[in-house]
Amino acid sequence: MSEILGSISTSHVPAIGGAIAKCLQQDPYWKPFFDGFNRAQAWLAEHQPDVAVVVYNDHGLNFFLDKMPTFAIGAAATYTSSDEGWGIPTIAPVGGDQELSWAIIEGVVADEFDVTTCQEMLIDHAVTIPLQLLWPDRTPPVRIVPISVNTVQHPLPSAARCLKFGQAIGRAITGFPSESKVVVVSTGGLSHQLDGERAGMINPEFDELCLNSLVNEPTKLTGYSTHNLVELSGTQGVEILNWIVGRGILGSPTREIHRNYHIPISNTASALQVLERR
Amino acid sequence: MSGTPIPGTYLFDGRMARKGYALNKMCYSFNDAKNRQEFRVDEDAYCDRFGLSEEQKLAIKNRSVLALLAAGGNVYYLAKFAGIFGLNVQDIGAQQTGLSVQEFKARLASYAKFNAAVTAGGPSHV
Repeated sequence: MSEILGSISTSHVPAIGGAIAKCLQQDPYWKPFFDGFNRAQAWLAEHQPDVAVVVYNDHGLNFFLDKMPTFAIGAAATYTSSDEGWGIPTIAPVGGDQELSWAIIEGVVADEFDVTTCQEMLIDHAVTIPLQLLWPDRTPPVRIVPISVNTVQHPLPSAARCLKFGQAIGRAITGFPSESKVVVVSTGGLSHQLDGERAGMINPEFDELCLNSLVNEPTKLTGYSTHNLVELSGTQGVEILNWIVGRGILGSPTREIHRNYHIPISNTASALQVLERR
Repeated sequence: MSGTPIPGTYLFDGRMARKGYALNKMCYSFNDAKNRQEFRVDEDAYCDRFGLSEEQKLAIKNRSVLALLAAGGNVYYLAKFAGIFGLNVQDIGAQQTGLSVQEFKARLASYAKFNAAVTAGGPSHV
């Protein structure tokens, strides 16, 4: 059966893509952020996953508001990135794992999560930047299964629903007869707000509570309504929902291998957390 | 949305998604470089092609992010509009808060004092 090794959760701020393109990893502004990834890269080198299940939100590249799925699962052979309008470089196409994609789709629908399936799916910076951070300067040595969560147009799925969705994905993966080793990559967050007069708000206290809770008490986060999450972590801080899905996939309990929290990256409180299944 | 209003914060819900549909659809088109160029050549004609309201056209003309939000714009789509002018989220953050870009960045940087403590809340062996 497939094995879930652990998860790596990271912010996906577009400016990171620009910094990578300009080789600013040693620049004083960026160094504390990029240095945080050394431990995550070492963990990946040690565990050699075959597949990355990437939980993220699309920012108006693959999905427009004409059709906005709450949960969508990629089932493509290859995923390509594209022009997002403001100058982020694209990356080489990344291979998919269609067998695992369909196993997850079968599993979660049987578990009453009626998802949208995507045999074609453009991946935006929320997928490409984490891949570049985890496997710098190379094509990622993993197949990917992208899973998109609507964090853009309210109503959003609740935190409680996201945890259960992740748990259903986890059951589908561990029930899938293959020898694949799977890493979960959850992207987005933590606290940040891009729009409105409150733009630039950051909430380190709530971010810390999220990081601590995700290790072994994710249900501490499922009591927060979407409105609570916006108030506490900002209009885009709701991307914590992607992390909650990812944590659901892992199941319980986990061990925290690594954490790096760094403000500011652009408008965002950036965070990196590596969790390993115990 | 339930809950009391959050000052300075606008939730992009069904009401705003309906109101802003044409505006966001135009901004979505800016994923394509050819469309960005067509907008540059004749802004008014481009706005009319997507059926923008007078409120939306004025907000576009004024490059006013708060007015664009009030007209139903979603920030992820507005970012593609801002990109045409080389503006990033810190530039639009400054505009919305009435700060200079340097002041806006400094305010964000002031939170760096929390970095060590939140990082240290994780595993001690790192």
